[in-house]
Amino acid sequence: MNTPEPFAGEVVHSPVRHHILSVLVENKSGVLARIAGLFARRGFNIYSLAVAPSERHARFSRITIVVDAESAPLEQVMGQLDKLVNVVDIWDIAPRDAVERELLLATIATDVSNRTSLLDILGRAGASIIDVDPGAVTVMLAGTPASCDEFERALEDYSSVELHRTGRLAVPRLGQELTNPERGSR
Amino acid sequence: MQLTGAQALIKSLEQQGVDTVFGLPGGAILPVYDPLLDSSIRHILVRHEQGAGHMAEGYSLATGRPGVAMVTSGPGSTNIVTPIANAHMDSTPLVVVTGQVATSSIGLDAFQECDITGITMGVTKHNFLVRTAHDIPRAVAAAFHLATTGRPGPVLIDLPKDVAQSTMEWWYPAGPEEYDLPGYHPLVDLDEADVERAVALIAAAERPVLYVGGGTLKSRATAELRAFAERTRIPVVTTLMARGAFPHSHELHLGMPGMHGVYAAVTAMQRSDLLIALGARFDDRVTGRTAAFAPGARVIHVDIDRAELGKIRQADVAIQGDVGAVLRAWEAAGATPPRLDTWWSEIRSWQTTYPLTYDDEPTEGPLRPQHVIESLAANAPEGTIVASGVGQHQMWTAQFWPFEEPNSWVNSGGAGTMGFGVPAAIGAKVGRPDRTVWCIDGDGCFQMTAQELVTARSEGIPVKIAILNNSYLGMVRQWQEMFYDERYSEVYLSADLPDYVKLAEAMGCVGLRATTPKEMSDVIDEANAINDVPVVIDFRVDATEKVFPMVPAGASNDDILVHPSQRKETR
Repeated sequence: MNTPEPFAGEVVHSPVRHHILSVLVENKSGVLARIAGLFARRGFNIYSLAVAPSERHARFSRITIVVDAESAPLEQVMGQLDKLVNVVDIWDIAPRDAVERELLLATIATDVSNRTSLLDILGRAGASIIDVDPGAVTVMLAGTPASCDEFERALEDYSSVELHRTGRLAVPRLGQELTNPERGSR
Repeated sequence: MQLTGAQALIKSLEQQGVDTVFGLPGGAILPVYDPLLDSSIRHILVRHEQGAGHMAEGYSLATGRPGVAMVTSGPGSTNIVTPIANAHMDSTPLVVVTGQVATSSIGLDAFQECDITGITMGVTKHNFLVRTAHDIPRAVAAAFHLATTGRPGPVLIDLPKDVAQSTMEWWYPAGPEEYDLPGYHPLVDLDEADVERAVALIAAAERPVLYVGGGTLKSRATAELRAFAERTRIPVVTTLMARGAFPHSHELHLGMPGMHGVYAAVTAMQRSDLLIALGARFDDRVTGRTAAFAPGARVIHVDIDRAELGKIRQADVAIQGDVGAVLRAWEAAGATPPRLDTWWSEIRSWQTTYPLTYDDEPTEGPLRPQHVIESLAANAPEGTIVASGVGQHQMWTAQFWPFEEPNSWVNSGGAGTMGFGVPAAIGAKVGRPDRTVWCIDGDGCFQMTAQELVTARSEGIPVKIAILNNSYLGMVRQWQEMFYDERYSEVYLSADLPDYVKLAEAMGCVGLRATTPKEMSDVIDEANAINDVPVVIDFRVDATEKVFPMVPAGASNDDILVHPSQRKETR
């Protein structure tokens, strides 16, 4: 299989065939390890993963996992995930049915010579400056994964860039029916 | 009522109806061993924690109830990881309690600290680290609920020493709604449409096979299986994990499929046009090369675990459900295939041409291991429970012992854990003291866990151990002979070291030995007459004997090798 190894340091933010799993879990210690361990031992590839307390209740957290749908059949990934006792609900969101966003933060060394061109890139990408000192700026972009990819490429011309991305969050497009292993749809 | 956490744990186990705990105390679990003195629960003191785990498995496999083991932290807990992993592979319900260092010491590399919940995450159905004494009843109740419902499996409860020592106001959860398991829904509703589609496939099948796996035993669906098979006359194969789920001697039973399966069972599956998999998981030891497995068969796959459906083989009809419930639904719908006479006459010809067989032995020995097993079986009382280790002796036992009823076969299937036999037999005998329990073991396996015979003798558990002593790691030797040009690498063990008779006697057991067929029948009679202490028999068997039939690893089941005496020039 030609899918890139997710942990080998290769930068692939938009896998060709990915699926987004929105997983509601109990907010207990070790739950993230259970999920990561399951993916590792079953050979399922994770492209990105984002975790935060959920909207429902302090008892639960929501984990948004972007999985490589070529590393294993999605049915198998969801079936195994569903067996984890701390996993309360799973929604599979196909990328075409999803609104996906990601946050990118980057610190870029600047001087008089490149400041203008940088401002130009920021303006075109819709990124904003959130911190400044005489030798550097920190910028942020909240956007689609593709726009983050594009912005990242645009920053390649700058000599010193430290860049962080959150991995994507996703919600279904309004009006979409979702697949849920337990109850069919939401 | 104020109780310590330790008292609450023991009281919770009593509340669950636990009659026996297999274990070994140590520092972190010490507080729990004190209230045990005042409890009705029987504690079996093992000589190694691995023994406790396998005994709990043997207890569970023989009784159908969950097995319980209790050990201390650190090495006590890591020593029981193998049985936990074994139970996980074979879906055996276990509840394992491990002591843990005090909560204030967790993460500080304290003496005998070990992250056992982390280590066992991948080999338990679930595990808990209990942080307050108040949570102990809920953790115990939830552990038994998880271990025994849905697809059963092992659950571990890690109990820090200070939690066991602190006090709580006694309570016990009234039911699953108080277990705090919002993500666990073991009950599944059968999809009527799936049932109908399965019935339609069955009605159209000309060469159907019931592929019965261990899940059928876990579902306690053997009566439903028998009724369905007898009405439809569909041939039945029982996997290694399902021996006893259908009577061995039944005319519809073809025997065990797979790598060392009966020719007719393997071939019927290969030529089948409809495989009806009941609580089976298309294990590689059953399918051979999966791409070549039963190429013309449609598949109805019934399993309680949704993740098994389509994991190895796409099913034409996949039904998530309890095997018993599905069989009842099919019966209600009257699922019936057309006449199977042609199919049966084909199968009968395979059975006649390629039965299980072995050569006669010389009168001066060594013994044929298959003959030993048949002789043990012929002289065993009805209802005898048989345990085994892993290897050639296990396969011969699965082939030649006539398992007629459920829960009579105690073995390590998925994990293939050598050393399982002796402690599992002890656990089975504790669970079913009314039954004769034979362990058919290999000399390699026996040496891994034999010290538990000290436990058996001191606790008054009269198991019978038959060592098929071929002085080799026999299955490895077989592979080296067949696939590595007879280059024998690190497989010779010696028939006389240890001296198994003296070793048995040193452990307070009766030790016997047989080399010739005459001695064999004498020692079997002698062993059967002893019912107060464990007996060990050292059967000297032919080291060159191999398990046949055999499908070489990675080969298609079409390329099954039958016994040399059955091979013809034309094959």
